[in-house]
Order: sequence, then structure tokens, then C-alpha cells
Amino acid sequence: MLDFPRWKITTIVVGIAIMIALSIPSFVPKSAREHWPKWVPAINLGLDLAGGSFLLFEANTDDVRQAKLTQMQDQVRAEMRKDPRIDIGDISIQGGKVSFMLRDPSKVDAAREKLLAITGTGVGTTGQRQWDIAVVNSSQFVLTPTEAGITEAIDTAMGDAREIIETRINALGTVEPTVIREGTNRIVVQVPGLQDPKALKLLVGKTAKLEFRLVDTTADQIAVQRGEAPPGSEIMPHEGGGNVAVQRQVMISGDMLVDAKQTYDQQTGAPGVTLELNGAGTKRFAKVTQENSGKPFAIIIDGVVISAPNINEPILGGSAVINGGFTVDSANQLAIALRSGKLPVKLKVVQESTVSPELGADSIRAGITASIIAVVAVIAFMILTYGRFGIYATLAVTINVLIILAVMGLISATLTLPGIAGFVLTIGTAVDANVLINERIREERRRGRSVMQAVELGYKEASRTIFEANVTHAIAGLIMVILGSGPVRGFAIVLLIGIATSVFTAVVFTRMLVTIWLRRNRPTEINI
Amino acid sequence: MRLLKIIPDNTNIGFVRVRFIAFAITALLTVAAVAMVGFHGLNMGVDFVGGVSIEEKFPSTPHLDQVRETVNGLGFGEASLQQLGGQNTVTIRLPVPHSAAPDAVDKMVETVKTALAAKFPGATFSTYSTVSGKVSGELVNKGILAVLLAIVGIAIFSWFRYEWQFGVSTAVAIIHDVLMALGFFAVTGMVFDLNIVAAVLTIIGYSINDKMVIDDRIRENMRKYRKMGMSELIDLSVNETLPRTVMTSLTIMLALASLLIFGGPVLRGFTAAMMLGIVVGTYSSIYVSSSLLITLGLKPGPREEKPSPATGAERIG
Repeated sequence: MLDFPRWKITTIVVGIAIMIALSIPSFVPKSAREHWPKWVPAINLGLDLAGGSFLLFEANTDDVRQAKLTQMQDQVRAEMRKDPRIDIGDISIQGGKVSFMLRDPSKVDAAREKLLAITGTGVGTTGQRQWDIAVVNSSQFVLTPTEAGITEAIDTAMGDAREIIETRINALGTVEPTVIREGTNRIVVQVPGLQDPKALKLLVGKTAKLEFRLVDTTADQIAVQRGEAPPGSEIMPHEGGGNVAVQRQVMISGDMLVDAKQTYDQQTGAPGVTLELNGAGTKRFAKVTQENSGKPFAIIIDGVVISAPNINEPILGGSAVINGGFTVDSANQLAIALRSGKLPVKLKVVQESTVSPELGADSIRAGITASIIAVVAVIAFMILTYGRFGIYATLAVTINVLIILAVMGLISATLTLPGIAGFVLTIGTAVDANVLINERIREERRRGRSVMQAVELGYKEASRTIFEANVTHAIAGLIMVILGSGPVRGFAIVLLIGIATSVFTAVVFTRMLVTIWLRRNRPTEINI
Repeated sequence: MRLLKIIPDNTNIGFVRVRFIAFAITALLTVAAVAMVGFHGLNMGVDFVGGVSIEEKFPSTPHLDQVRETVNGLGFGEASLQQLGGQNTVTIRLPVPHSAAPDAVDKMVETVKTALAAKFPGATFSTYSTVSGKVSGELVNKGILAVLLAIVGIAIFSWFRYEWQFGVSTAVAIIHDVLMALGFFAVTGMVFDLNIVAAVLTIIGYSINDKMVIDDRIRENMRKYRKMGMSELIDLSVNETLPRTVMTSLTIMLALASLLIFGGPVLRGFTAAMMLGIVVGTYSSIYVSSSLLITLGLKPGPREEKPSPATGAERIG
């Protein structure tokens, strides 16, 4: 019992000192921490404490599947047109498959070669093919996307979507949004301090697919309003009401944009969005506007015609202005959305919650009050019951609390309201380890053992029990971390850290204190 | 200084003797709890049933009927109200709007806020949350899975560490604890949401902690007193660990009581569930898991490869 080497004592004391130092930043209010370097570990407050908005978006994965099919259809068309040309017909998408006919069945092998080139080699590490190619009746090709191919497409789309969302929210100028992917097709957005997530939802919910197309001026206006389009055109709703017939062919699309800015119209002063096209886009726009001078073209966003201005003169500079009943805010939002690019999938809100900062502040205050009172009550109770050993236990619990804070800061954990509850519970259970030890010492003393023997046996026997009890407790905690979402996880993380640190402080640290005391005084009687 | 001793030294309470009465009471209470959950149902939060939940803070205690009338008059469907913690805070729950428009929920929340602010000057909104039916279904499944896995994991652990009887009796005791906690929520009608799942899992964690301590002592005594009868041995073990049991539950109760009183309304359901769990968990350590060991036919004897380290301890008194 008394062989507690100096190096061990030094290690423990230095370790604890470091952890206490690391816990200090978490006590400094966030506003005062603003100019501190980033590496200083400090605990983040969850939305339920800081106030703010939580939004869970879900993507419609059918969109991704559909987009993949459409893309393949276009690729097949383009590839077959290339030299040596293979004539095909009846290309269509049906039942999640792309199919087409060969005009000349003898070219099956050549066509297959071409298809193998565009359907790619394989997916990721497993090397599974993205598409299954089948030939039916010796002249019809059927391309079916494999599950692996779809999964990868969804994964890529979600990754892109996450980045785009982050860019958009950052452009709104809100503080420190967290945007993380969850599961296969969900994205969680958390914005502390935000009270009204309306603008944010609109911004994220906007796909921002931009297209310029020529308006079909030959179409019969009455038929167009009925929703009937002439061949080669399609009907799109106009934002101001009514329908517009536009050509199927896309003149300029969003991927030709280099910039989008909110600006004011020079004549009317109305807010609008100015677009800058890239080189290819500028050339194309110049050509089309030269050829179609005097005719209107439609600016389409997410399948809705925003405006359809006339081409008064050829536009050679590669910039265009969208006007159409914008407010400064809505023009700014559209500019942000266009600038960040088109979302590869449509996102829908499936879960959201907003907590006002006042409620958050109330909760923190209540949580801190409750924690302080809990600590004081437990300390008083322990000292009354175990005397000197109670003081040691108290020291252990206090240090335990500081170490938990330090560890949470180091792993940048977020403290939530259930987390505070986990904290209070940890204080209670951390005491249990000391109770086990002290009761065992009492018991051994009753059995007539000497002070040294009783203390030694107390620690030895109780340590085994403490270990077993904590392992099972940790099993429950671990399951909560893995399966739990939101509040459950916040609670479980604090609990797990607490279990680990409390075994250290309650067993190792108090044993050190007791050993030092016993060595110095060699008492023959202890009051426990 | 004379130190506090809540439990006198060397108690010798015959816990096991009355186990059949305890079994009867336990069975009765458990059946009652299950029946309550079955008939009364749980007051599920939006986390689990989907819907929109708005929390409104009023300057003074409002008449719930007036609030209900105001909200129902808006045509969003039947509102269910609940007063939280402070009597001035009311949670209003509404079904998710049918409209597919992306801002349908915003409009609804906005309308409710405006209507309430007009009717009750000074009323302010503090939080709101929406959960769609699909997500809530997943949350339910995940919650149930978490509880089941925790029970199975712990039972397997104590089976490997000790004998199979310990695994079974522990699992039965934990299921009992969980059912009692659910019954408590059915009776009180407190909102059952994700936070409460965390509470239930904590109850499991605490209860298992408590059982491990007693099981560990039973095992130790089984090695020490090979000739002792099982019921006598369990009585001895429970009595020996009684000071620790009482001390620990009292300390945690102290901590929880401060949380219940000062921790604010949001955590109240959570804390209440845990306090109940401590009581139930402590009870089931003695009267469910330990007593069950006798019924399951656990016998002291040389099952260990290594004989006891022969500490030569004698019980005094």
C-alpha cells in the first residue's frame, strides 16, 4: 500500500495540473474568447443552451437516380454520333432503365465497345460496375444502373450538396453554421443564435438550376395557356402567372456562370441579379443573341420563368441581368444560390427545432445553479460521513469535474442540456466509487484489521467491484453514443467521459492522497 | 468528530425471507405498469409521433381553455396543450400541416404566434420544433433498439463474468425497471420524448451498477462460505453492502433533487424519471435480481478453478 513511487506521484500531479489548466478556457465566456487562437480547447454550447436553429434536410434519392439516367441517355446519344457513327433510334428512359435500338444490328459489338467506354470501369474499391449492359432481340440495348452505381452517385451528390449548402449559409453571413451529413441521404444544419430559420430554409431548399432558353414565338398563345406545347418546345409557368412556351434546347445553363451579384437597375433602381458568364458561355450567348435579335429569351430558375426580356442588341460582354419583382433580400438570396451552384438533389426539411437565446440562457443558469447546489450537498454529505476520507473524495470529485470539462474541450464536444444532466449524474456516481472504497475500509476495520491492512484491502476489493460496475455502465453509454441522436448522444458522451475519469480520480488519485497521509502519520486508529 | 452513520454496523435484516411477498408485489406492480401503458398510453412527444410543437411563455398563468380556443380557431387542426414546469409556459402541439409548400410550417408557427400575441399581450415564443412522421418512426425504432441492446449487452457481460443465473436475473430485473419507468410516464402523463429515452438508459446503467456491486459481493461470499445456504448467503451479502447502497442512492438523490428543483422546467421530466429509476433500481437489486438467484438454483460451491484466496475473514457480530 505504501509503495507509491515518487515518479508515479509526479506523473499524476502533473497530469491533473495540465487537465485543470485545459479546463480553464471553458469557463471564459464566448465573447471574451473571440480573439484567442483556435487551438485553445473549449466546450461548445449546444443549440438548446446557446439558442439557435436545427434543421434536418432529406434528399429525394429518386432525383439522383433520374439524373443519372438522363445523363446516360445524353451520353449515349453523343457517343453514338461520334466517329465511327452508329445510328440509333427509340432512345428512352423507362422503369429505371435506358434503352435504345440499333438501326443496323450488325453493329452490336461496335456499339457495345462504345458503351463500355462511357459506362466506366468500376466503382470505388470494390470495382463493381456502375451499369449493367444487356442486349435484347439482337438490336435493342438496355442499360440498368447497378445498386453500387446508384449508391455512389447518391454519395457524391450528397457530398456536393453539403458543400454547396455550407457555401450558401456562410454567404448569408450567419455565425458558425455546422453542416454535416447524416446517414445516406440527410444533411443536418445547425446555426447557433439564429432565431428565424425562414430565410435559411428558402435558401437551402432552392435547387438554383439556371437556364436561358429562347421563347418559342411561333407557338399559339391560346394553346400555350392551355398547357399545350408545339413540337420542340415545352411549357413552363411564368412567375408572374400564366405559361410560356420555351425551346427544349438550353442556350445557357448554370454551369457557365462565373459570378452572380445583387445589383440595382440603372434606370429604375429596382433590385436585380447580374450574372457573369465564363468564356464558353460568353461566346455562346453572343452568337445566339446575334442570331435572334429582337426575339425574347426566357430566364428560367428551377423550372419557373423569372423573366423573358427581348434581345434588343447582341450581348457580347458575357453579362446578363435578371429583373423580375425582386426585393433586395430575395435578389441577394438568388445571387448567393446561383453563385454557389446548382444543388444536385432537391432537399426537404424533415425535422427542425428552434430555441430562443433567452430560453437557452435560462437553461444554462438553471443548469449551473443545480450543479453547484448538487456539488455542495454531496460534499457536505461525504465529509459528514467519512471525515478525512470524505475530504479526499470531495477533492477527487472536484478534479473529476474539471477533467471532464478539459476532455470535452479537447475533443470539441458540445455541451447540451441533457449533457448537464449527465454531468450531475456523474457527480453522483463518481461518489459511488469512493463510497464503495470507504465502506469496505470500515468493514475491514470492523473485522479487526489494522489501519494499513484495512485501507489496502478496501482499495483492492473495491477496485474490482468498481471496475465491473463501470464496465457495464459504459456498455449502456456506448450503445447510447452509437444509436442515439441529438440529446441522447449529448448525454451519453458526458457520461462516458465521466465514467473513465471518475475511475481514475476515485481510485488512483484518492489512493495517492491516502498513501501520502498514511506514510507521514502512520496512524494506528482512523476515524472513518 | 463523530461521523454520520446512516446504517448501523452489522445489520442483519432478513431480506430474502419475505421474497415471496415481494415477488407478488413486484408482479402486481409490473402488470399494473404494463396495463397503464396499454390502456392509458404514453404522452409521446413530437420526437416520436411527428408534429409541430410550439412553446409559448405567457406573462401570467393563462387559461388553458382560452389558449386552446385561440389556436383551434386558426384551422390547423386539434391542438393539445400542456403546462410545463413554470405555470406560465405552455406547450402547444399541432399536427404537421398537409400542404407540401416548403414554408407551410413557418406560416403555421407565425400565425399561431401572432394570434397568441394578439390575444394575450406579452406572450413570447421560446422554442419550436417539427418532426415529420418518417423521422419520428425512425427515432422510435432507434430508441427501442438502444434499450434492448443495452439489456442484452449487459446480460451477456454478467453471464461471462459470473454464472448464467446472474445474467438472467439481471436482465429480468432491468426489464422490470424499464417497465416501471414506462408505467410512471403513463400514470403521470408527462411527455415522453428522446430526452426520456436517455433517462431510461441511465436508469438501466445505474440499476446495473447497483446489481453488479451486490452480485460481486455474493460471488465473493460464495467462495468464502462454501457451506452456507444460498438464502442466508444472499442476506449476508445484501446486508454487508447495505451501507454502500443507501449512501450511494442518497447521494445521487441529493444531486437529482437539486436538478429537479433548480434545473429548470426542460429537465424536469428527465430528472423525475431518474429519481424514480434510482428507487426502483435499488429495490430490484434486492428483490428481483438477488432473490431470483435462489429461484434459478444458484448454489455456492467449487465452480471456480482457483479456490478462494483464503483471506480468512470472519464476520463479526
